[in-house]
Amino acid sequence: MIGGKIAFASGMLLALAGGWLAFPRILYQTRQQPVNFSHKVHAEKAGAKCEDCHSFRDDGTYAGIPTLDKCSGCHTAAMGTTAEEKNFIDQYVTPNREPQWLSYAQQPENVYFSHIAHVKLGHVKCEQCHGNEGGTGALRPYQQDPISGYSRDIWGRPVAPVGLRNEGGMKMDDCVNCHRRQGLEYSCLGCHK
Amino acid sequence: MSANKRYGMSIDIDKCNGCGACMMACAVENNIPPAPEAANDRRGVTWIRVYKVDNHLAYPERRTAFVPVLCQQCGHDTPCVHVCPQQAVDVDPETGIVGQMPERCLGCRYCMVACPYHARYFNWWDPKWPAGMEKTLNPDVAPRMRGVVEKCNFCHGRWHAAQQKAAAAGQREIDAADYVPACVEACPTGALRFGDLSDSSTEVAQDAQRPESFRLLEKIGTEPKIHYRSRRDWVREIASAPRPEGKDGLRG
Repeated sequence: MIGGKIAFASGMLLALAGGWLAFPRILYQTRQQPVNFSHKVHAEKAGAKCEDCHSFRDDGTYAGIPTLDKCSGCHTAAMGTTAEEKNFIDQYVTPNREPQWLSYAQQPENVYFSHIAHVKLGHVKCEQCHGNEGGTGALRPYQQDPISGYSRDIWGRPVAPVGLRNEGGMKMDDCVNCHRRQGLEYSCLGCHK
Repeated sequence: MSANKRYGMSIDIDKCNGCGACMMACAVENNIPPAPEAANDRRGVTWIRVYKVDNHLAYPERRTAFVPVLCQQCGHDTPCVHVCPQQAVDVDPETGIVGQMPERCLGCRYCMVACPYHARYFNWWDPKWPAGMEKTLNPDVAPRMRGVVEKCNFCHGRWHAAQQKAAAAGQREIDAADYVPACVEACPTGALRFGDLSDSSTEVAQDAQRPESFRLLEKIGTEPKIHYRSRRDWVREIASAPRPEGKDGLRG
């Protein structure tokens, strides 16, 4: 009788572990960022605010991930002693080659999103959607749906909703929930193009 | 929050010379690919189409007019919204614009049957651009796929851009000069005008009040927001009679 219970419990655990841990790995392709970048170090030493590097253009469009010239402003020569920085300078700064950053938040082409409308008019904090990216010591691996090519951040329900933020996020449901709460939901083409 | 708008257009048929610049500008703005060989007047895609109509009289009394027909943005009992089983069509209460969501569309084409103006088009083929032309695609408008319906949405990408510009200036209200659809911008004779019909100071609102102003199939009560006008009686008559006897309707 006891043996049966143990067998059931271990089978259950195995199935759950498979579903929660193994299945997402199979479902999503994991890719590493080209450079081991630390937001935390840069926030402490270079700029205190997100928009110091992730800036808006004059016409209100959002520049997104900064290009190499922003990095080269400081990193023409090594500022520290880390191997990552040396590697970054040798691989990208010196040959003037743009790192192919993988954008966690890149939305499908039929999505219209205006950063400035949310930040300047809506007073939404960056962290509300992006999480505390600015405080992380290393870039997390980029997970991609191999069929659609979309980032996991913007597509797909979490298999195990453990440790995930309930508020914010960048799936359509997250957008709709926030807009609906504030009575700012008008039509599909408000956010689609 | 700003007061709701009711965007509409006024079209002076007496000024339209049928050049087709509006159709071209529309296609370029909204990523509409060149028609494949198998396309005809119903299978091709043109969000705005210039029809040629005449007064059915023999020379020398014969007169011709050109009527640009786009989505009429029906303001009352919008037929396409009613029939859509997917809720892929909605009317934005902020702007009055009838929006089509290609991603939701299942391709049943009820809306095309329901539309009294033949202003909706079905994608019979996946979009294909000649080599090199894909570089000219407008990033503000997502291309559509095979099997979905599309139509004019008053250049929604431009509305987004105008809103973004206003937001950058810290304002919610857009500058009217920043939001002009491509067809209106391209019209060389100034036959097309665009603006907020709910604001009586705009040119379009005043055009709509003119005695020679009319709307297509006004009697069916869909309250379209495209106001045509012509000083010629026979042109105004055509607008209320969809298919003149013995003639192939309004086909160009």
